[in-house]
Amino acid sequence: MTITEAILANHAGRDRVSPGETVWIDVDTLMTHDVCGPPTIEIFKREFGEDAKVWDKEGLAIIPDHYIFTSDQHAHRNIQILRAFAAEHDLPYYYDVGGDDYKGVCHMALAEEGFNRPGTTLFGTDSHTCTSGAFGLFSTGIGNTDAALIMGTGKIWVKVPETMRFVFEGELPPYLMAKDLILAVIGDIGTDGATYRAMEFDGEAVYDLSVEERMTLCNMAIEAGGKNGIIQPDAKTMDYTRARTDRDFTPVYTSPDARFHSERVYDVSQLEPVVAKPHAPDNKAPVSEVAGTKLDRAYIGSCTGGKIEDFVAAAKILKGQEVTIDTYVVPATTDVRKALWTEKVDGETLADIFENAGAKIGLSSCAACLGGPPDTFGRTHGTEVVISTTNRNYPGRMGSKQSAVYLASALTTAASALSGVITDPRDVLVA
Amino acid sequence: MNDLIRGKAYVLGDHVDTDQIIPAQHLVYSLTDPEERKLYGTYALSSVPPEGAGLPDGHVPFVAEGEHRSEYTVIVGGGNFGCGSSREHAPFALREAGIEAVVAESYARIFYRNSVDGGFLAPFETPETLNDKVRTGDEVELDTKAGTLTNVTTGESWALQPLGDVAGILEAGGVFEYARQQGLIPA
Repeated sequence: MTITEAILANHAGRDRVSPGETVWIDVDTLMTHDVCGPPTIEIFKREFGEDAKVWDKEGLAIIPDHYIFTSDQHAHRNIQILRAFAAEHDLPYYYDVGGDDYKGVCHMALAEEGFNRPGTTLFGTDSHTCTSGAFGLFSTGIGNTDAALIMGTGKIWVKVPETMRFVFEGELPPYLMAKDLILAVIGDIGTDGATYRAMEFDGEAVYDLSVEERMTLCNMAIEAGGKNGIIQPDAKTMDYTRARTDRDFTPVYTSPDARFHSERVYDVSQLEPVVAKPHAPDNKAPVSEVAGTKLDRAYIGSCTGGKIEDFVAAAKILKGQEVTIDTYVVPATTDVRKALWTEKVDGETLADIFENAGAKIGLSSCAACLGGPPDTFGRTHGTEVVISTTNRNYPGRMGSKQSAVYLASALTTAASALSGVITDPRDVLVA
Repeated sequence: MNDLIRGKAYVLGDHVDTDQIIPAQHLVYSLTDPEERKLYGTYALSSVPPEGAGLPDGHVPFVAEGEHRSEYTVIVGGGNFGCGSSREHAPFALREAGIEAVVAESYARIFYRNSVDGGFLAPFETPETLNDKVRTGDEVELDTKAGTLTNVTTGESWALQPLGDVAGILEAGGVFEYARQQGLIPA
């Protein structure tokens, strides 16, 4: 069995499962946020009763992150619903806004708070829940109704997916990041190239990546239609996880007899920096091909591009320089934001580098990754052409239907912020 | 799910994503407040680029200005319908606007699953491209038992893919009703 099949079999109480089978499984973790949490709670109460208890308080993480720093009254109401529910159920893992508990973007928060335990199952009301698969667990996005069913029962039905294997061989050059790898894959197979399949990432270049960079690969599995992204756990995974949780977990692995739907092999030393052109994540082009395209804005943030490594990469390029277009820096979590004032590049903090370069540093949240209310930090309102480290560039995704978004790595985004046109990071990286 | 679904078709292209079906700024309304939930109908398919809206004619609004119900009952789409976000608001918004079924070549699976488990609409798959054979405004009839779509306006008829495993959930009216029928949760 593949790792995905092995985890599903374990959680279905079976020795084996095969692709195409439908099984009911036990859920270890349910995550919801401020957009889908309130309707999930409404459905939970409607179906199980006003006084119903959640199936496992320790298994439920509620992480507001989408519409946090806005004057929108409906958004505020959503937070109040979450707050009341967490108090009513005495939930230990509710990360409220406005206090010390606040974390920021749910997928990074799940990792930092020790929910991403190898071998477990994790479901979330957000399509990028597949991010957690970087830790060798089965994780996928669901809707409010499914989430409400889990909230009451701890169970859900799953059709066992076939697995597509993506192997990255070779040594990653310094001008490439995980974002380049996954944009290359999505460009090759298309936004429906992995529909209802697991995407398993493997190969020495994957295991050379930090666990945070691996999250970028799994985060965008959904952009190829994948049900889940997954990477087998190694020593880095175990160290990261054990440092963040005392809870038990049993890692599982792909066995030698595993059968894959298909396999693609990439030699990372041969890849170039890439972007996804407007208006789809699979609209791939080498940066060299679109270099010179005029930009209005650069945006570094989100669950896929707002991690500390993204900011270190950007800071290496922005240090001692000034941006020529509006540049937004949005750390995913409060831990990442704090690190902007402690992490240094050549003796200067990331925060100082960004501020001296003229970039605007935002508060930890999803911010403009998905548009949101009109006063959202970094949201587009007109015909802006944006280069962004986010994960989706469908029409209107960052707010305005007239704006156009190029997806890119933090290196490419930072290089482009300096020149105001799409720029290959190889042109500005100091060897 | 009704055995027979009849009404006007609204035709769309490939890769209609959930941000086009219901943009993120509109995900904040209550799903239970009778007045607020109408807004999901008002803004359903409000972010489809004009060149794609109501293919093959284009520029046909799904919901008329000032309305919250669409005049259409069935969507005929292309491939990868509902790609993008896991927001259940997407099939909910289409249902709120009056859509009972979508007929598309393929679906992004979270949208497909949400349509079924929430009991919002029937997501039928078609083995051939139909969005060039049905025009927005054509009268269509979907026989959900037989699995056929008929374009009443032109007289053409096509066999659809069987619903398979999810038929039972749709017939029950959603995953909760199904789970109760199966004894998975108390009735």
